[in-house]
Amino acid sequence: MMAQLLNGLQYGLLLFLVSSGLTLIFGVMGIINLAHGSLFMIGAYVAFLVSKATGTLWLALPVGVLGGAALGALLEWTLFRHFAKREHLDQVMLTFALILLAEELRWVVAGSDFHSVPIPAILDFSVPVTSGFSYSAYRFAVIAICLVLALALFWWIERTRFGAVVRASAENPEMVDVLGLDARRVHLVVFAAGTALAVVAGVLAAPLTSVYPGMGDSLLIISFVVVVIGGLGSISGAFWAALLIGLVDTFGKAYGPSFQGTGALGTLLAALSGSSVYLLMIAVLLWRPTGLFGQRP
Amino acid sequence: MSVSKSLTRRGALAGGLAVGAVSVVPTRFAIAQPKPLKVGLMLPYSGTFAKLGENITSAVEMLIAEKGGKLGGRVVEIVKLDDESKPEKGPQNAERLVKRDAVDVLIGTVHSGVQMGIHKVVRETGTLTIIPNAGANSVTRELCAKNVFRTSFSNWQPAHGMGLALGKRGVRKAAWITWDYAAGKEAGDGFREGLEKHGGKVVQSLTLKFPETNFQPLLAQIPGLDVEVVGSFFAGGGAVQFVKEYKAAGLKVPLCGSGFLTEGTLAAQGDAADGIETALHYADGLDNARNLAFRKAFKEKAGRDADVYAVQGYDAAQLLAIGLEAVKGNVEDEANLYKAMRGARIESPRGPMTISSSQEVVHNIYLRRVTNGENKVVGIAAEALADPGTGCKL
Repeated sequence: MMAQLLNGLQYGLLLFLVSSGLTLIFGVMGIINLAHGSLFMIGAYVAFLVSKATGTLWLALPVGVLGGAALGALLEWTLFRHFAKREHLDQVMLTFALILLAEELRWVVAGSDFHSVPIPAILDFSVPVTSGFSYSAYRFAVIAICLVLALALFWWIERTRFGAVVRASAENPEMVDVLGLDARRVHLVVFAAGTALAVVAGVLAAPLTSVYPGMGDSLLIISFVVVVIGGLGSISGAFWAALLIGLVDTFGKAYGPSFQGTGALGTLLAALSGSSVYLLMIAVLLWRPTGLFGQRP
Repeated sequence: MSVSKSLTRRGALAGGLAVGAVSVVPTRFAIAQPKPLKVGLMLPYSGTFAKLGENITSAVEMLIAEKGGKLGGRVVEIVKLDDESKPEKGPQNAERLVKRDAVDVLIGTVHSGVQMGIHKVVRETGTLTIIPNAGANSVTRELCAKNVFRTSFSNWQPAHGMGLALGKRGVRKAAWITWDYAAGKEAGDGFREGLEKHGGKVVQSLTLKFPETNFQPLLAQIPGLDVEVVGSFFAGGGAVQFVKEYKAAGLKVPLCGSGFLTEGTLAAQGDAADGIETALHYADGLDNARNLAFRKAFKEKAGRDADVYAVQGYDAAQLLAIGLEAVKGNVEDEANLYKAMRGARIESPRGPMTISSSQEVVHNIYLRRVTNGENKVVGIAAEALADPGTGCKL
């Protein structure tokens, strides 16, 4: 039970890193970025390549943060800026093209093999959590790093002047323009930050999941579920929704199948356990169509 | 039609020679030579399984070279096609080899999904097909065909050997963990049936989606299951990750599985794999003269160490050679060709090997334990194990 709580927490926090960028970019710029999962994959491959070249994962973190931010800024400056006011269909085409490009790049640079990334030596030990089950120290470290990043993000968005402008841009972009604030700069910074978060999530996840082709795809879908449940554009919504989904998914996978063979209802529950998060999404959307923390129309 | 038929080159030349006409040298040479035997290799040469495809290919070429470049008296011409392990392209690629390139024999492939595509095509065309890896049970069970043979394994076999070995040892309660896909399920059935034969039981089956690696929610359940052993089926990078996480979780229940869990992955798994028992039809250190000679020759030819995939490819070519020698290279003589192949007794690097009535390989399944980074053979889990071939009528 304790172990499953930790699993859910760790999965949820990692989901938050990915979906916070997605929700920010949508909230502020109105862009649906399907390539967000590819950014996560890029992060994981950065971790793989850096740890292969240097023998340790640590260098991949600064490379991920700085490289991710630079990549985000470049993408915003060259592409997304010009698509922000276009229809969603155009944005979907653009970001889908980016997914294909990222996969092709991945193939050229690292091939299609499944690679494992070693856990840094000083965290390569386990801590017993219950009798007979231990939890890897690296997973505790991931939980801690994610919490620190989440707090930093809250402080930045909720407590700083720049954050106030970001929130204002999400709620009322015309007013931000009228007040003479530089919306372009806000977009650039938000996109760079969102990209860096996804890349860092990929770096952190690499030793836990291994790196393999298409690893960003399933994460992208689940991140959209987080964004929808939390409410489009809401950081705190994304946080609580990510934790909720992390826990529901983990407990669903862990305990759902044990209903197998306990009558028709049990069999149905077992069969649905793999899709528990999607059922959750449907329930939330019926109850609150704008998500848990979304603005009421 | 009849005009062009009567005017084949060979016929015309023979006639010409009969009246003493002088022909040019190359065409006269062609009279003595039957046309080359086309062997199509449909294997992955790119993607996750590229290395497997390369090793199978090198081993096939090695056997043909040992036979002087000829099988059944016919010069062999190899046509290679990269199937990329993409199931959606399987039928189309198989048709290209069989119809456009008109191969006489098809050797392929690695990925079970692609195999089903090949199978669909060759069941219709009747092309002789030898499978050098893909383990999908159905190919030699309900979908078996008289022109399809397998020299690798059925997914059921290695896991069944593991289940038998555990059952014999007195294990009563085991858990099974795998990816939720056909190969994992087929191996799971083999494991369960093996255990049940000796009165054991699989009390819980834990699965996750292929190829996800979020093993934690499953591993955390194991202490509560009260089982004596955990059996598993994972391969490649997923196996590396799984074995490492199993160790990190500090579980006291021993882990075992179908041999692919520790095959070609030991360097990456390191200490985490120490002591794991698996069952497979091969082990690098098999101490028989045939294996030692094979490994040495393969290393010389390919510049790489041989592995189980190379053995499976070599045996595919050995089986083909036996069939073709029996019919002197005449692949049209299907009845005798298949009869010879079904009756083949092959001295494989893996040990003695025969072919079952469902045209599946029959071989020993070895019990191996990981010791000092090697799969050391500790016994035979099942001698001359045949797949049940359920539903196959040939």
